[in-house]
Amino acid sequence: MLGWELPPHNSGGLGVACYHMAKALAQHGAKIDFVIPYTAKHPDIDFMTVHSATGLTPLERYGLGTYDSSSVLNKTLTQADIKDLKDMRGVQKCYVKFVENLITTINPDVIHVHDWLTMEAGVRAKELIDVPLIVHVHATEFDRCGSESGNPLVHEIEYQGLMMADRIIAVSNITKNIIVSKYGIPADKIEVVHNAIDVTSFDDGYAYDMRTYRYLEALKDEGYTIISTITRFTIQKGLANFIRAAAKAISKYDKLAFLLAGDGEQRDELIKLAADLGISDKIFFTGFVRGKQWRDAYSVSDVFVMSSVSEPFGLTALEAAYHDNAIIVTKQSGVSEVLNSIFRYDFWDEDRLADQLIGIATSPVLKNTLQQNVKYEYNRISWHNVAETCLGIYNSMIQRAAV
Amino acid sequence: MSKRGIVLYLHAHQPFRVRQYSVFDTAFNHDYFDEPEYDTERNNEQVFNKVANKSYRPMNALLEKLLTDHPEFKVSLSITGVFIEQAEKWAPDVIESFKRIINTGRVEIVAETYYHSLAFFYSRSEFERQVDAHRSKIRELFGVETNVFRNTELSYNDDMAKWAEGYGFKGILAEGWDPILQWRSPNYVYRPAGTEKISLLLKNYRLSDDVAFRFGDKNWPEWPLNADTYNEWVNTSLGDKSIVNLFMDYETFGEHQWDDTGIFEFYEAFVGKWLANSANTFYTVSGAVDAFEPVGEISMPNTVTWADNERDLTAWLGNSMQQEAMRYIYAMEDDVMMTGDLKLISDWRKLQTSDHAYYMCTKWFTDGDVHAYFSPYESPYDAFLYYMNVIRDMRWRLHNDHHIGGLNG
Repeated sequence: MLGWELPPHNSGGLGVACYHMAKALAQHGAKIDFVIPYTAKHPDIDFMTVHSATGLTPLERYGLGTYDSSSVLNKTLTQADIKDLKDMRGVQKCYVKFVENLITTINPDVIHVHDWLTMEAGVRAKELIDVPLIVHVHATEFDRCGSESGNPLVHEIEYQGLMMADRIIAVSNITKNIIVSKYGIPADKIEVVHNAIDVTSFDDGYAYDMRTYRYLEALKDEGYTIISTITRFTIQKGLANFIRAAAKAISKYDKLAFLLAGDGEQRDELIKLAADLGISDKIFFTGFVRGKQWRDAYSVSDVFVMSSVSEPFGLTALEAAYHDNAIIVTKQSGVSEVLNSIFRYDFWDEDRLADQLIGIATSPVLKNTLQQNVKYEYNRISWHNVAETCLGIYNSMIQRAAV
Repeated sequence: MSKRGIVLYLHAHQPFRVRQYSVFDTAFNHDYFDEPEYDTERNNEQVFNKVANKSYRPMNALLEKLLTDHPEFKVSLSITGVFIEQAEKWAPDVIESFKRIINTGRVEIVAETYYHSLAFFYSRSEFERQVDAHRSKIRELFGVETNVFRNTELSYNDDMAKWAEGYGFKGILAEGWDPILQWRSPNYVYRPAGTEKISLLLKNYRLSDDVAFRFGDKNWPEWPLNADTYNEWVNTSLGDKSIVNLFMDYETFGEHQWDDTGIFEFYEAFVGKWLANSANTFYTVSGAVDAFEPVGEISMPNTVTWADNERDLTAWLGNSMQQEAMRYIYAMEDDVMMTGDLKLISDWRKLQTSDHAYYMCTKWFTDGDVHAYFSPYESPYDAFLYYMNVIRDMRWRLHNDHHIGGLNG
């Protein structure tokens, strides 16, 4: 399995998904060699072998970015300098070399790669040993850029990887449709396997003590509804629409407060927008949160909004559901395909979101029903199902190769 | 016949800067102004000590020397209440040196708001309380009365002049801005439109800013400026008119213009040269009002300040973040006053200091001219977030400690 990050050295959801998927696969009997592009200890991982392709520290790897493909990427691997580990392309070239050596010693039955970062290595490995290549798409360049643009080189790598794959796994129908419509890949080559949530990972002795966001708790005592999102502040996340919808909702019903946890290049713009709309005191910018502050952000919140313009899946909505939130997600978010007891809206439809927010805030019955029912749903969504589906795909590929 | 004179007026002020006060401090910590790290521009003690060494101590020493050497030398000072509080805590010797020069009888203290606030534009009642607080503090500390008024950032309009007259001030200070003056000179005493007794003194901004802004600028064609040249300029500007009003920040001396620019030697030499002509003198602001009758009436219906090319309040109230912040702080007035909680009231007033809004200014930030923008924060957006978190904590204290007011988001 070829990946780019694993917890605790992850900068987002990709590493979390890879971790849980691999863990569940291992529990179902798969033997996994997992390659990452940096060197670090992973104390929680004893269910597979982790291989480090370079001597980079996790911090140096963060510096390259994972989600931001726009940063100066213009070299083909032939042009890239394998010794230049400050350059993303140099690291990727190093990663390919490492994989070339590794596969000849471990002789895998299948190669499972995650996103564009490792697609070239997967394609190269398939060329060398001719085993089935499974390309798992968590996000495409179209998602990351929130528009038609994006880095042409990344588009090219994604296209090559998708073409060469024996089988493609997409994390949602939304992602599948992008792969079909933007890259011209036949739909029957793509299987949708939704991500899941491992609720046991939350069993770490955490208990909500109502302290971290004491001011918000006091607001709740006054009858306020707390609405949150936890995300990167980038254009893809649709936060400007969210804040405008917030202003519309507040103009009709003002006992609403909004917790925006996270950071990103759009932060200043959002602060300014809230001030322009005259709702600065209703919006709480926490900055990047982790650990208890992160858990508490979910816990203090009544309603969780995922406002993404394009979200392949959206694990945070499941995490929020686990912490007793009513969930509102855009129709452009993959997670909306696996949950029913939620509100949906189009990312641009600010009036609709405002309506839904007021509806939940003014009806305790509605709020409680949404919060309760969504819990039954995510309980059904398990990484074991994901592992079973993946194993099924592996086996069918191996059999087909043998024929 | 009164002598031709210079009215030198220096403004001394330091705000209580807000520390990096996060969402996670709100409803727990109320120490808004106590930056824990010493070595930052947000640490008020550090800044005060630094500026005291560079400016307040050497300049007070120079003023003391000038007052001793030249019986004709006079100066007017405005010293904000928040400056005095910090000096009392961290540099009591600076207070002592102010007392010594004020005791000469040739140093006048100008009235203003204790908290260097923009309260005039938001709440007349709070504004008057702050003017009174400043008068009392000056009386109690220095044993002198204030008779001439200046508002924060030298902001001024016709309504303010009417207010000042009604309050009993005999003079008021403003910027001598060309679009207002047109063909008229700032070098006379004027009468504000709609008033009968009060006199208006207008800053000669060219001659003031030659010293305050340009003196140490090596790209300025006139650099290096010497006392002879400057004396000549002042003489030329004054001609047969009455006064030249040189108004500037006290911190011009040693802080804005460092010691190594030669600013202190320059000023000492200039005062000597000016007084070498027996037709010349210095006036305090009251002295100028007493010596000269107004020559005409000046009207400024819109607010004029001494800031920027625009001479308006846009550096403080120009963007929506600044307007939001001020709206929230002044909306608390009735609730805060009702508590009678002196610490809470004092914190609330320290938050009115105009510098907080200035740190949220984006007008230079967006021009990319960040060097023109002085702030102890990473960006105006950070300044705004810290301030908003403090606003919420103020609401928390009202609600939790005094059971007054809603938390309001």
